[in-house]
Formats: sequence, C-alpha cells, structure tokens
Amino acid sequence: MLDQIRDLYQEVVFDHNRNPRNFRVMEDANRKIEGFNPLCGDKITLYVKVNDEGVIEDLSFQGSGCAISTASASLMTEIVKGQTEEEAQHLFDIFHRITTGKNEEAVNLEEIGKLAVLAGVRAYPARVKCATLAWHSLQAALKNEANTVSTE
Amino acid sequence: MNKVYASQAAMPQNPAYSAPSAASLKARSSTAGYDVTRIREDFPILHQEVHGKALVYLDNAATTQKPKTVIDCIRRVYENDYSNVHRGVHTLSQRSTELFEAARETVQKFINARHCHEIVFVRGTTEAINLVAQSFGRSTVKEGDEILITAMEHHSNIVPWQMLCEQTGATLKVAPIDRNGELQLDEFEQLLSPRTRLVSVVHMSNALGTINPVKAIIERAHSREIPVLLDGAQAAPHMAVDVQDLDCDFYALSGHKLYGPTGIGVLYGKEKWLEAMPPYQGGGDMIRRVTFDKTEYNTLPFKFEAGTPNIVDAIALGAAVDYLESIGMDAIAAYENQLLHYATERALEIPQLTIVGTAERKGAILSFTLERIHPHDIGTILDHLGIAIRAGHHCAMPVMDFFGVPATARASFGLYNTFEEIDILMDGIRKVIEVFG
Repeated sequence: MLDQIRDLYQEVVFDHNRNPRNFRVMEDANRKIEGFNPLCGDKITLYVKVNDEGVIEDLSFQGSGCAISTASASLMTEIVKGQTEEEAQHLFDIFHRITTGKNEEAVNLEEIGKLAVLAGVRAYPARVKCATLAWHSLQAALKNEANTVSTE
Repeated sequence: MNKVYASQAAMPQNPAYSAPSAASLKARSSTAGYDVTRIREDFPILHQEVHGKALVYLDNAATTQKPKTVIDCIRRVYENDYSNVHRGVHTLSQRSTELFEAARETVQKFINARHCHEIVFVRGTTEAINLVAQSFGRSTVKEGDEILITAMEHHSNIVPWQMLCEQTGATLKVAPIDRNGELQLDEFEQLLSPRTRLVSVVHMSNALGTINPVKAIIERAHSREIPVLLDGAQAAPHMAVDVQDLDCDFYALSGHKLYGPTGIGVLYGKEKWLEAMPPYQGGGDMIRRVTFDKTEYNTLPFKFEAGTPNIVDAIALGAAVDYLESIGMDAIAAYENQLLHYATERALEIPQLTIVGTAERKGAILSFTLERIHPHDIGTILDHLGIAIRAGHHCAMPVMDFFGVPATARASFGLYNTFEEIDILMDGIRKVIEVFG
C-alpha cells in the first residue's frame, strides 16, 4: 500500500523538499511574483532574472508549501536556469500535460529529465495544483502580467 | 513554530509506545452504555474499503455521513408524498406541507425555541448568517456602527459582516484569542461599545474545537442591549443546544453537519427580531398579497422563505434530528468527549506532533501539525491508509495566521467513531513520519 504512495513521493521529491535548491531571496531580480494556492494556503515568491537576450540567467524562490510544491519549485529553478523564455514556456506546456494527464502520449519523458518524478501527481487530482503552482508563477513572471498569481 | 501542548508535563517519555494506556482503557469502559457498534450499522457508507483499508472517516467537522433513516426518508418522501408545499389543495401537496411543517416543529423542539415560527429554513449556516447580515444588518446598522466577532471565526462569519460594513460604512471589530485558542473574554468585553449593533460568535470553532463561553458572552452583550448571533454549525451536532436557556438572539446551523442532507439549514431568530426585520429575498411564498403598487409580506417564518423551499431535505433534516434524539445529545457529547480525551492523550505521545487548539472546553476536534511535514502531505498519505482527515486552513485563514501555520491537519470525530479508529489514526501518523524519514 505504501509502495503505491512512492509513485508520488519519490526519493528525489523528498530530497528537494528537505534541501530545496535556489531557496533564497534574489536582490537583483528583474521579475518577482507571488504565487498562492488558496485551497491549501501554499505561498511562493518567485524571483527571476532575465537578460536582454531573453535568457533566464537566474531564478530562486521563497515560501512555504507541501513536499510536492516545494520539490516542484526547487526542480523547476534547477532546470529552467539558463533556458530562454521560449524554452521555459515549452517545458511548462509539457509539464502541465504530464501532471494533468492530458495529451501525455505526445510527451517525451527524456525531454523533461528529472521533472518526470512528478508525473505521479496525475493520480492525485487534489494535488496537481501543488505541483503546478511554481510553474504558473513562472509563466506569469515571464509574461510580466501580474504581481500575484493564484491557482484558483 | 509555537508549541501549544495542553500539558507538556503529561507527555509520555517513550515515543514508540503505542499500546492503549490504562487511562484510555478506563475511558473505553466508562462509555460501555453507548453502543457504537450498533450505531455504525446505521451508516451504510462507513462499511467500505478505501485503498484496500477499512474506511476511517474523521472529517466530520467538514460534513457528516448520513444514517439510513435519513437516506430512506428522502426516498420515501419522493416515492410517496412529494409535491409543492403551502399552496396545493390536493392530497400530495397537503402531505408534503404537513411533513415539512412537522420537520420545523422537530427542529424547534431540538433547540428548544419558544415558537415554531422562529425556525427559518435556509440552505445552511452561511445563508443564515448572510440573511441576518443583509436583513437585520442593513436595516439597523449605520455608518460608524460596529459589529463584533472573534478571531476564531469561520470565513462564513467574517465575510458577510465585511460585506455589510462595506455597504453601510460600519466597522468590523475582532476580539482576540490566546495561544490555547480561547477567547479573551475581558478584551471581548472592552470591545463592546455604544456603537456595537451585533455580536456574532462561533459556538464551537471548526478549526480549533474551542467551545466558547457563549452564556457569558451573551450576558455581557445583553447588559448593553446588544443582540448576539451564534454560529452553531459545529456545536449543534455535538451537544444539546437550548436557545432559550442561552438567550441568544439568533442561532445558525447546517443540516449536513448534523447527519442530515446538504442544502438545508436553520436560522433561529427571536420573534421580536424576525418580526422587525425586512425580508431577505422576494418571491413566492413570502407574500400575503401582491399588487403592482404594493406587496404585503407573509407572516413568520414564511416572510424569510421566498420561493419553493428545499422541501424533502428539510423533512430529512427532521429525520436526522429524530435519529440524534434517539441516541440522546448528552450521551453523544459524553461519548465524543471520551474520544477527544483519548485522541489527545495518544497524540501527545508523538513528539513530532503539535496540537493546535488546546482550549479547556473543546469539542471533538484534533487539529495538529507535524514537524517539517506539510498537512497536505499528511492528508494524502493517511488517505492511502483509508483514513479521511482534512488538511488545509479550514476556511479560517486568520486562525492559521494567528498560530503562524499555513495549514493544519484536522481529525474531527462524530458519534460513530471508535477508540480503535483513533489507534489506527495514530499508527497512520507514525507511518507518515516514517515515510518522511
């Protein structure tokens, strides 16, 4: 029974939850956004530094959330760093598909690397928003559209 | 994080200990007259497996399961007696009307209201509070007036008053609570001012379990001629409520938390207030005579029941009340109190666990956090063990802010829960800690 739950809580998730990467305030960020999940009270502040060429030079986060949302944010900051805005947007689209189980057959899991550990969340509809909060925040930050993003 | 153990000294030294203690065995034997096994047979939904484990339903503060008598009542009325109420001359309409009005009487006796017409059927506690805010509030509250609530309210006893304040220019005042989750009564009293038009207080907190000293609150408010509304959504299923003894001016409750259907609830209001208040909604049933120039409103309680009411669910709420009375509210309260004490004692054996809400007088709610494990993760893992709890802010975000937590895990007990289920919960919590290493 608890083996089943390991699909959701893989070792990588525990690792990133215990020691989240890029968990810091970024003083010289040029984008900053607050992400909020009103259903569970999860909060994230995402800091992004995009250079003139549209490359995400650095990103970091602060906040409090469950293991899934913390690990997802941590993994995201690792993977997206150094990507262009277009590449990050593309990754978001793929990530959204694997976590919601929509059109996932079109997804090449190799393309998303470590993010694949979060694919198990699709069996837990109540937890999908935990995994996508950081990504919705990133999308809003890249579009520079608002200061606060909510999953609801 | 702040630790708010009821009694640090009482914490057992050995965290691995999980066998029932002598005190808990004593607690079990003292409830021997309460036949929980037979009671559980009345609830069909409890007898199933979730993720291959026997369901342990501990989310009763969110909603309660329904006894067969309630489910059968709904079917029986729709199959035999159903039609619209209050206007038909035909047999089915008369039968429905009689059953509907009989349910009102059942509720009247349940909370000991003086008059049957003081019982208004609404959708639930939320609608009851909105009704008072929009009808009583808008007709009496002026700019500069004040409404007084407490810091432990559910959003449904905050937002309707904020809306009223926006509409009228009144101010919402909030009486503070302490680290145990108890109302600070002296501070509350100091906030009662000549401009206070209404006090609206939760009888029992859904997030903390605190049972408020409502009689003392009402006495202090009444000595200044300020009416009091009690949000009884949580209290009504767990203890005997006597609105005349309490002397509250309004009492709101929800059917679905009372082992009855969703979509039905009750606003009790003293006759003198309900008479003076304007209607909340306009429509059929709430009128006596309508012309295009003027409408004469119906008598109580129909003035507040515009449109076809939730007939069958009101009747089934009556069946739920009958069911509760067949067990006895005092017996239920005593049994649940034993459950709470046992759960608290067992929870305190787990060093990583912090109880949120340690009031002296508490209903059967165990809100807690675990070190470094988010309540959402606790909820998902417990679900895999067949245990249903609630994880989140419990529609009481200001309470979470006060305790400095984003959320809590909450096990809330009902009349059908057992000591064995508490053991399963505690073993489950230990497994959560184990999984998270």
